[in-house]
This record gives sequence, C-alpha cells and structure tokens, in this order.
Amino acid sequence: MPMPLSDLVFDKLPGVIAAERTSVTATRLVELCRHVRDSGGALVTLWGEDLRRDAQGFRLCVVLQHDNGLMVAELALPAVDPVFPNLAEIFPGAARLQRAVHDLVGLRALGGDARPWLRHAAWPVDVFPLRHDAPAAATDAADEYAFVRVAGEGVHEIPVGPVHAGTIEPGHFRFSVVGEKVLRLEERLGFAHKGIEKRAEGLDVANGARLVARTSGDSAAAYSWAYAMAVEAVTGTSPPPRSLALRGLLLERERIANHIGDIGGIANDAGFAFGLSQCSRLKENLLRANARVWGRRYPLDAIVPGGVRDDVDADAVRVLLADLAALEAELLRLREIYDNHAGLQDRFIGAGTVSPELAAKLGIVGLAARASGQAQDWRQTLPVAPYAAAAIAPVVRSTGDVAARVAVRFDETLASIGLCRGWLARLPEGELVAPLGAARAGALGLGGVEGWRGPVLVAVRLDASACIARCHPHDPSWHNWPVLEHAIIDNIVPDFPLINKSFNLAYSGHDL
Amino acid sequence: MWHLLQQIRKVGIISEPAPSADAAMLQRELQEQIARVFGRALAIRQVDTGSCNGCELEIQALHNPYYNLEGMGIRFVASPRHADALLVTGPVSRHMAQALRRTYEATPEPKLVIAVGDCGMCGGVFGESYASLGAVANVIPVDVAIPGCPPTPTALLQGILAAVGKRAKEP
Repeated sequence: MPMPLSDLVFDKLPGVIAAERTSVTATRLVELCRHVRDSGGALVTLWGEDLRRDAQGFRLCVVLQHDNGLMVAELALPAVDPVFPNLAEIFPGAARLQRAVHDLVGLRALGGDARPWLRHAAWPVDVFPLRHDAPAAATDAADEYAFVRVAGEGVHEIPVGPVHAGTIEPGHFRFSVVGEKVLRLEERLGFAHKGIEKRAEGLDVANGARLVARTSGDSAAAYSWAYAMAVEAVTGTSPPPRSLALRGLLLERERIANHIGDIGGIANDAGFAFGLSQCSRLKENLLRANARVWGRRYPLDAIVPGGVRDDVDADAVRVLLADLAALEAELLRLREIYDNHAGLQDRFIGAGTVSPELAAKLGIVGLAARASGQAQDWRQTLPVAPYAAAAIAPVVRSTGDVAARVAVRFDETLASIGLCRGWLARLPEGELVAPLGAARAGALGLGGVEGWRGPVLVAVRLDASACIARCHPHDPSWHNWPVLEHAIIDNIVPDFPLINKSFNLAYSGHDL
Repeated sequence: MWHLLQQIRKVGIISEPAPSADAAMLQRELQEQIARVFGRALAIRQVDTGSCNGCELEIQALHNPYYNLEGMGIRFVASPRHADALLVTGPVSRHMAQALRRTYEATPEPKLVIAVGDCGMCGGVFGESYASLGAVANVIPVDVAIPGCPPTPTALLQGILAAVGKRAKEP
C-alpha cells in the first residue's frame, strides 16, 4: 500500500478465494478506491447491512478487485442519516449499485444520481425493505420516474417494455431517436425485483442454496458454486477433490449451453434462422445429456455447500466424452459457415462497438470485456480448484462489436470442451460431499466464479444458529447494462435486438 | 453457401416422431384439439413477470427443431392483442403486476391463462413478500398451472394441451 493508506490493517478472509478485508473511514474509502482504480483494479460490488440490533449503526461493504485478489472495505455508518462518499466519481459502475443500496437499506451516496433504481411502486420512499424494522406488509406507492429527455428538432422517443415481444425477461428501454438513428438509450430495470436478499434472511444453508441458485436461472451453476464457496469459507469446510472437478464440469457445461444458445440467437436476430435451428439443436443435445447423467436438464441445485449432489459414473463419463467430441466437430463446421457468410458478417461487424478504451473506463466485465480487449477472467485471475491446475488463457478480441462477442463465444465454448475433457479423463476418486463445519457467526464469507456472462460473486454472513443473517448475490450484468447504453449510440433502432442479444444480460440476476 | 446447404442436408429433419408412445399421443392430441377448438393455430403470448429465467429457457427450448411446435399448430406472437393464450412465468413481482394486468386486458376474449413453473403456480422459492405477489392466480384468473422448476418442454406441451382441452369442454 502507498503511504497514505499504510495505516489500513488488512485481514485475510477465510476460504479459497484470495480476499482480505479492512475497516475504513469515508476519506480512506475514497483514497483506497482511487488507488485501486489507478493501479488497474476495479469495483466488484457494494451492499449495505443493518447492524442496529447490535447497538451499532449501518455498514457499507465495498468489494474491490486488484492484482492480488479481492479486497472488502467496510465503512461504519451512523444509525441516523447514514451517508457515504459518491464512489461513482471513481468507478462509473458504482452509480446504480449506490442507488440500489439507498432503495433497499437507506444508505445514501453524497451526490450523483439520486433517482430510485430497484424501487418502483412496491414500497414508498421512506421505507427500506432490508432494514430489520421495515414493515413486512407491502404498501403500494406512486411510480414516478424522471427519464432523461433529449431535446432537438426531429427527436422522438420510443418506449419499449417492460413486456417484450419475445420470450425474454422484463425491462424498459427508452430510445431517443432521430429518424432511425439512436441518439440515446436509457434503461430502466428493477421490474423483476422479487426481494431475494430479504427472502434469504433466516433461511438455513440448504434452503439458501436453493434460493441463490435461482438468482438467475441461466447461471444456476455459477451462483450455486459461489454461494457454496462463501458458506464453506465461514464454516471451515473443504469440499472433496472429486466434487471440485464435478463443479468445474457443471459450470463449463452451463457456459457451453448458454454460449451455443447465444451464437444461435444472435444469428437469428441478424436474419440467419439457420444458425438458430442448428444451435438450438446442439443445445438441446447437451441438455438431454445433462438429464441422462444428472437427472435434470439444468444444473439447478447440483452444487451444494460442501460438495455436489450427484456422482458421474464411468458409463456417464463415456457418454459425455462422446457427446463433447460430436459437439466440437459440429461447432467447427458451424463456425466456418458463420465466418464465410458475407450477409451475416455484414450485420455483425461494426455493430454495437465498445472500444477497449471505453470498456476500461466503464468497468465492463466478463465475455463482453474480453470482446473489447480486456484480458480478464476470474478463472485465471482468481483461480479456485479445479481451475488452479488448469491453464486458462482468456480469449480476447479487440474490435468490441457483435462479431467480437460472437467470436469470443465460439472460442470459449471450444476451450470449455477441452476443460471438460481434461476433468472427465482424470476424475479424482472419493467422496462427493464434506460435512459442514461449525459456522463462525457474523464472519464474512465470499465466493466467486467466472460464470458464462462474467464474474458472479456471493457474500454470506451466517448467524449463531448457522442460518443466513445476510446474503448478497452480485451479477456481472450490473456493470454491463450501462455499457449497452453506450454500445447502441449511433446505431440504428432495428439493430438493437442484435446488439442487445450479443450482450445477453440478466434481468433477474440484476433486479434481485 | 455450399457448406450451409450441406449442413442442412446432413442434419436432415430431426423433429421427433416423439420419444415415446405417450409423447406421440400428446403431440397428435394437441394438434387435433387445437384444430377442433380454434380451427387454426393457437397463438400464445409469453409474459415473464419476474421469473429467474429458468422457465424462459425451457419455453425457448420448445422452439428447437426437436419439438416441432409449429407443426402442432402452436405459434408464439409478439402482442397480447394477437393471442389466444397467455403463458405467464412467475412469481409476479409487485413491479410487474400492473404490466401483467394490462397484458391480460389487452388479450381478446375468450382467453386462456397458463401459469408456468412452481413460481407461477405458488410463488416457488420466492414466495410472497414486500416485493412479490407470488402465484400468477393472485393477480389474474388462471386456467391451468404447470408445475416444475423449470417444467420440461414436454410438461409445457402437456399443460398447453390441458388448457386447450378445458376450452374444448366449455359450452
């Protein structure tokens, strides 16, 4: 740490993910954030906690990422008028997280955008649902939201959603356009807010796992693993090696399924129905293989705190290996067709471009980051077993357009097939689950993995009876939704579905 | 283009003559019922009122070539005004309740409502809270609920058949 921060004391957090925590003052928090940003680090997430029952005030937890891992800065706030410095001036991605912290816990950032974010009409402005004394019964309030208006000759607005024309999640998009060109897109999310964090309070560890797995259904393995890792950290539990290899297998199969689905869906939005037919067939093959081996088409509840639910026997290994070989051959053939299809590439190349400079400035994450020249992948930078042993090279493209996001998906799918093969060929023998140790009440547990969209983080604190006192799941979409607003500028309205699909961000995972 | 055509030829038609006798009967029955009750394709409008997106994955899977959805006479449409049935995934978040009511009102009579998944049926793991109204039936009238987390494509087809069958029995 540089001189001004040398007085901060860092404690290593328990668990397998490299993380440490420190207590900060408001001034120190700002200095720490600046230092992390200037040395190439990033904001991961932030959340608030109500400690008034323990004769304290509130606590703001800010998770930062730097070269050596994660860093949690905890800022104690008073019970009356809890305010904190506006971190959005340092990390633009903090803006919506801060608005959400105000909506849910009533901690207010000093300055910046003061509009609500996750709160619409379900509760009034002076109620904060994650405070212990919040009324349980909901009271409907008026929904007023001030969209930013774009003025000028010929400018008009197109409101879209929350109910969309396809089978997708709910959200609202407000386009300001001249002719067919988009001047500005403003997103409004929070429609899928169903109170996941509140629901988690008081659940036992197993029921918490079922809930957190459903933060975003398409990332069930990522959320289950991150949650399990956090619970294992605060219970001093070491999952058996066999379960770790099987977790890797589940997460990579989730990545393959979603990437293939997107490769088809993106092509379909460019008018290439052939791509959707082929990819949805390949995805269905994979889901059916999941059903044969794990008994379910999706990896919901397959990863449990302490290990995994199901074993994969020798017959299943043979089936999975054969399926992966067939999938790889088909993907290579499809990729050649995609690459050589002039009409398709004409729609992909240059659409929804996010330059590497803009990407770095906005704090983009995950596969979209790698398509915009950012070599970041938690499987490499924050490796946990079984990844620690496997060499992961982030797949990077620098053009930042739809074409790059498709190319990254093809490359990553092929790389994931390689990883799965490696684990299947050398599955360690042994148990599937280790019994959980005693809970360290109040201690912070962190778990994080690189899901198919990007890094998924889950923070957990257990109480003395080993039930959940506080749980905060964080989706990579928080950082990428604002990037989409930039990606669409100067593109035409009819290209929005294509560009949007190339990001394929989560609504439920974001709205909580 | 040559490779593309070659790929289409190579894969051929994979729409399933149903994996089992039950499924074959399901497909045939569904097709016949829709033809009898509607005399044309059944138009479905999907509405996500706050699901985790797991149900959406299976509804999308229903569109893959294996299930031959349109062959059975089922079409997903972009507007509730074009729909015979609403396929609603839940739980219904309070923030989506108004949008769901408006979608329901925009759907022409007579209309079917199918609640999808454990959450649509009873609120699932999310239940009822300051932010969630739980089951779809708490907000609009529901004809048929399909359990599952998420329900498989086959379970979705069975649910759609049950809803169409219910309509057929009405005077």
